Amino acid sequence: MDTTHAHSAEAHSHDHGHEELGYWRKYIFSTDHKMIGIQYGITALCFLFFGFLLMLYMRYQLAYPDTAAPLGLGKLLSSLVGQDMAPKGVMSASLYNSFGAMHGTVMVFLAIVPLAFGAFGNYVTPLQIGAPDMAFPRLNMASYWAYFLGGIIMLGSFLVPGGAAKSGWTSYSPLAGIADQGTGVWHILNGQTLWIIGMVFLISSSLLGSVNFITTIIQLRAPGMTWMRLPFFVWAQFVTGFLLLLAFPPLEAAGILQLMDRVVGTSFFMPSGLVVNGQIWPSSGGGSPLLWQHLFWFLAHPEVYVLILPGLGIISEIIANNSRKPLWGYKSMVGASLVLGFLSFIVWAHHMYLTGMGTTVSAFFQTTTIIISVPSVIILTCLIISLYGGSIRFNTPMLFATAFLPLFGIGGLTGIPLAFNASDVPLHDTYYVIGHFHYIVAPGTIFAMFAGVYFWYPKITGRYMSEFLGKLHFWPSMICMNGIFMPMFVQGMAGVHRRWYNGGGTPDSPTFEMVKNVLYLNKWMTWFAIVLAIAQIPFIINFFTAWKRGRQAPDNAWDATTLDWQTPTPPPHGNFATAPTVYRGPYEYSVPGEARDFLPQSEAPHDKK
Amino acid sequence: MEIPYNVKPRPDTGLYNAKVGIWLFLASEVMLFGGLFSSYVFLRMGADVWPHHILDVAPGFINTFVLIFSSVTMVLGWVYAKMGNYKWFKIWVGCTVLCALAFTGIKSYEYYGKFHHYGVILKDGTQITGHLEKEETNDTVIAIHPDEHQAYASGEEYLKAAGGGEHHVVLLQRKDVVWFSNFQPKYNTFMAIYFTLTGLHALHVLGGALVIAYFWGPGSKMFYTDREHFANRLEVVGLFWHFVDLVWIFLFPLLYLL
Repeated sequence: MDTTHAHSAEAHSHDHGHEELGYWRKYIFSTDHKMIGIQYGITALCFLFFGFLLMLYMRYQLAYPDTAAPLGLGKLLSSLVGQDMAPKGVMSASLYNSFGAMHGTVMVFLAIVPLAFGAFGNYVTPLQIGAPDMAFPRLNMASYWAYFLGGIIMLGSFLVPGGAAKSGWTSYSPLAGIADQGTGVWHILNGQTLWIIGMVFLISSSLLGSVNFITTIIQLRAPGMTWMRLPFFVWAQFVTGFLLLLAFPPLEAAGILQLMDRVVGTSFFMPSGLVVNGQIWPSSGGGSPLLWQHLFWFLAHPEVYVLILPGLGIISEIIANNSRKPLWGYKSMVGASLVLGFLSFIVWAHHMYLTGMGTTVSAFFQTTTIIISVPSVIILTCLIISLYGGSIRFNTPMLFATAFLPLFGIGGLTGIPLAFNASDVPLHDTYYVIGHFHYIVAPGTIFAMFAGVYFWYPKITGRYMSEFLGKLHFWPSMICMNGIFMPMFVQGMAGVHRRWYNGGGTPDSPTFEMVKNVLYLNKWMTWFAIVLAIAQIPFIINFFTAWKRGRQAPDNAWDATTLDWQTPTPPPHGNFATAPTVYRGPYEYSVPGEARDFLPQSEAPHDKK
Repeated sequence: MEIPYNVKPRPDTGLYNAKVGIWLFLASEVMLFGGLFSSYVFLRMGADVWPHHILDVAPGFINTFVLIFSSVTMVLGWVYAKMGNYKWFKIWVGCTVLCALAFTGIKSYEYYGKFHHYGVILKDGTQITGHLEKEETNDTVIAIHPDEHQAYASGEEYLKAAGGGEHHVVLLQRKDVVWFSNFQPKYNTFMAIYFTLTGLHALHVLGGALVIAYFWGPGSKMFYTDREHFANRLEVVGLFWHFVDLVWIFLFPLLYLL
């Protein structure tokens, strides 16, 4: 360890564990990676719940068109967003669009990424590599607060005249260029412009976070913690960090250009001769709507892997721990995640087959897209084989982890028809696509997040969460997730468009004939979504009651091998009582000839008797 | 436990933490400017006409050398800080800040010029660039003192047909005009990307200058308390500064010459 004692005025006054910090420095403006991780986690869980509520209102509208939500929820909606957006509690088309766009934005940028990367990454990564903190603690704090401000701006955009952004979470131009302009809305403080400004904060937050994570993993590994001794979770965070670092800046560039279009009146994305409401749009023209899509998807496809890689990392830790076996094919999993990270940068245009890019470009992108399924399948296969022959402990985290495998598999396999140009064309922008990526993210990543919460809760609080409430949370959630997303494949193949208001329309709408046979599924999905909401109540109760009343957990709550479990509980400032040294790989479970069925990474080798 | 390798390099990577951090940050900056440069290429490929000679090369050329010189002074400042020579550290780092100010000064002068430079697009697509004769311009007529080198071929032809009006004021009827404004970002795609790229770059120059000025001024107290750490900080901000310089070396030919 570094023995330099010359401190600058601003260097690490927090390094002295015995120093008492005030309330504000300890809980609010903390530079400790564990507190920041918890802040990220709680904020992101709130946004997850908020994004879910947006979706519940939308689902109710789809199942029961032109009806106000019951139990006074419709009235509540009217009073929150105004009578013009929700007359008499009934969601207007504008509000539906706005909720749709913001559901995507909130879930991706404010809930899942902060939870997977910000919360778990922050709390667990330094512990697992044996580091006292992140490499740049104050940057870490800045990263959280940038995220928080971005979130506030996004939430605030619901309250400005005209409501929040309504051009989809993808904000395609020229739609997003002309949205929220003209009479009745403010010049800069309008939904779409605030969306861009909020995104700039979120991008900056991810950028600071990813620099910090990668530096920490490269520089602060404990002695003996070689690259191939890193837990897979750390590898997943490492690759995620690079994706965020390199994929987000082009979206920042796109955001700047769209901001210029909206505020200064340039036409980066506005084509020549654009006519809006019968009037030629007053801009110089010459821009390219396709450019926005390229820049957007250059971020948003790697973003998909940002959403799932940390989840895969969490699942790997839990499966190795609860099957009491080493991960099968650790090296190929690491290799696969690196290949996945690289390939994710050259598949983006498979979101754009319908734009008329040309067959050569489409052929290239469908080839890379099919190739990227190889590393994903390698990781999933390794995880499934890891279960084989293990004496599995089915506790709540493991239930979520095992359910993750087939559900994530469904999400992955349904993506293959979307990867091919020919079969994507009829499926594009239908509910099939919605079903596909929600299987990846909802029963996939969100289940991984739940698994992670149940798994690391004893490290954070010193108490287990209730197994009974955990199972009461798991089983209905798993059934409802399938009940919501499986019918979407049916609807999608029948041709239900993902952005239809009123759930496929009334009998006089031209598309009604085509989809009338599958519209009854809207009611099914809506009720499953409502039961899913109810099924989260045990989790919320569990989360808050176990904090004080849960069964007490020892430091190594799950008899685990990785360094995060070899610290005091909760880990103090600086994490480790003495600097750990690592002697072996991360998953030495059930080593023959050992007294216990686990051999911690930091335990000094001893002679076998 | 203290955070290790804050000042001393880690033996197996050979780098201290902040140096890893700044290189990663610069990688993301490459992607940011890379996205914008790609946009430039994409937009120019799709454009019907693209202006030439619309920017005066001389100030851009001078600015290129100002920035290159400032990179040299930045390195010298770091070297003298590393060697413990406070006086020359102050001089060279001070020079860097002055260069940054000179750059932004020249850039502002250029922006000012653009805001007083006008373009007119006629209904037949002809574009004429020049300076506005305010006294002769009224509700029906726009009076333009045309540029010697027109940015568009159509403008050259129009002026030739009108009798080589290089030093004469050209009167254009408002009813023949579809677009008329100064060279602000919304004038056309070139102006838009020019202001966006150089504006973002100028923000980087100002941000870098602010940090360097801090290390020159109040931050330089650390020179005496923890010189190695201080030299590292100068090295890190220096790396950022060289990157900003490098971006300009790409911007200059792209916008002024091509």
